[in-house]
Amino acid sequence: MTALTDLTVTALRDGVAQGEFTATEVATAFNAAVAEAQGALNAFIVTTPEKALDAAARVDADRAAGKPLGKLAGVPIGMKDLFATQGTQTTAASHILEGFVPQYESTVSQKLWDAGAGMLGKLNLDQFAMGSSNETSAFGNVISPWRRPDGQGGLDTAALAPGGSSGGSSAAVAARIVPAATGTDTGGSIRQPAAFTGISGIKPTYGRCSRWGIVAFASSLDQAGPMARDVADCALLLETMAGFDPKDSTSLNLPVPDWSAALSADLRGKKVGIPREYRIEGLNADVAKSWDDGIAWLKDAGAEVVDVSLPHTKYALPTYYIIAPAEASSNLARYDGVRYGLRDLPDHAGLQDMYAATRAAGFGAEVKRRILIGTYVLSAGFYDAYYTQAQKVRTLIARDFTEAFAQCDVILTPTAPSSAFALGEKSADPLEMYLNDVFSVPASLAGLPAMSVPAGLDSTGLPLGLHLIGKPFDEQGVLNAGLALEQRAAFTARPKKWW
Amino acid sequence: MSVDTATVAKIASLARIKVTEADLEAMVPELNGILAWVEQLGEVDVTGVEPMTAVIPNTLRLREDVVNADPLTGGDVRDKVLANAPAPEHGFFGVPKVIE
Repeated sequence: MTALTDLTVTALRDGVAQGEFTATEVATAFNAAVAEAQGALNAFIVTTPEKALDAAARVDADRAAGKPLGKLAGVPIGMKDLFATQGTQTTAASHILEGFVPQYESTVSQKLWDAGAGMLGKLNLDQFAMGSSNETSAFGNVISPWRRPDGQGGLDTAALAPGGSSGGSSAAVAARIVPAATGTDTGGSIRQPAAFTGISGIKPTYGRCSRWGIVAFASSLDQAGPMARDVADCALLLETMAGFDPKDSTSLNLPVPDWSAALSADLRGKKVGIPREYRIEGLNADVAKSWDDGIAWLKDAGAEVVDVSLPHTKYALPTYYIIAPAEASSNLARYDGVRYGLRDLPDHAGLQDMYAATRAAGFGAEVKRRILIGTYVLSAGFYDAYYTQAQKVRTLIARDFTEAFAQCDVILTPTAPSSAFALGEKSADPLEMYLNDVFSVPASLAGLPAMSVPAGLDSTGLPLGLHLIGKPFDEQGVLNAGLALEQRAAFTARPKKWW
Repeated sequence: MSVDTATVAKIASLARIKVTEADLEAMVPELNGILAWVEQLGEVDVTGVEPMTAVIPNTLRLREDVVNADPLTGGDVRDKVLANAPAPEHGFFGVPKVIE
């Protein structure tokens, strides 16, 4: 029999419903896998085995009593530590929130629990979701379960980045210590870690998932989404997480389609756009080949492939690195040592000194860097040159997509410019780290649904992802093209267990 | 535009982040590197282009103008609000003396 921890979300849910195993057996198996891996991978900030068991016991009792079961009944998941969870510490991986215990539950996590899911723990991330390698967490780096083959049948010992910011989520799903996890994506924080670890992840249209109870980074960009082993699981999780919420002023008041039921890999009649500007100078040869594979697979699924142009692509990253820090500097003003979180009160200090000392002690270096950039671009005399200009270019980037989608239904690109890099390899230079998001940021700036699915292994033996961008509200089109890629890529590689 | 030590000190003060002299020295080249890179946006012709306000068209809703329209985000939750405060006092947030 297949180990319970090797099953997908859908298989776990169906197995519990059909009585092949109990929800308690599932939770116990994953709790053990989490405990065994924690020392090596550091994927969790806190583990909550009792929460997973409590949720499972409720599902088993409901089943025994013949009550109807939820869409995710009996499925334990990992929760990115950016979602407020009532009674369980929520830190955003920052020292400034260490010990913060929310008195309420985020909308997205509540929807998952209402559907019968249980919580295995709070997953590590880049501090305030600012990073692409999970090296900015105040609770230590997450180590990818993937290692490069050493060419002699063994594994290289260099620790690799699981991607970021949802690096705990990607590492845990890839290591099969959780069947699925929540992520959040501001400029690629679901998609890039999914690509680095050989799993799937989708960011929906901006406004699909409520931001209520998610620690804010850049409010005009932040979106929650699922990370899981396959496209069908992503569809199932996303339809549970999405939906109108009056407590989020940017929540979309639209019905949530039944994405998982409507999944179809038949792309006949669909047009797939290939943006020429993404073929950047010096594109990694393995990444270019994987992109060509993806084009061939979508043709094989019946789609017509067309060239499209997104002329402002090269300006997306600099636009993002004005807008996201500007919003972050405003959002993070709330951490002042007064209402919650850390307080650093030097002797004889006044209120202003307390603010400055608290924020100096509580925020990590990358968070401070972004707050300072954001404060600068919003300051008097510089606002128009930086912030207003960036918002105008953002309009042009969104317009590029509108024009491209007049000619195609979905856009295919690589997810990231390379496979996973080693920890420490890029952390010395902020700009080099920022370039990781070159392919994922434009869709974020335009608020579009986008997903990464595993495409294969590169010449170093590490996973590469393919990236699909859809029209606003067309998560179905993205998921369907993702399924077509998944079926043809037949990606079965998994990290060899070393932990 | 590039920043010098005095400018970074002023930004840090506006952002209410205490920085040491050594921090400042390290931050100046880092911030200048990022600012020089984002300045390429200046070359984009934005004549007649409106700045983005909402990526997905949406209208702001107004909630009903009644007390506790949503009990979760309404009033009567003082103890919950104070539960994570570093120094709650007599049902208030305690802070150092503000006025001498």
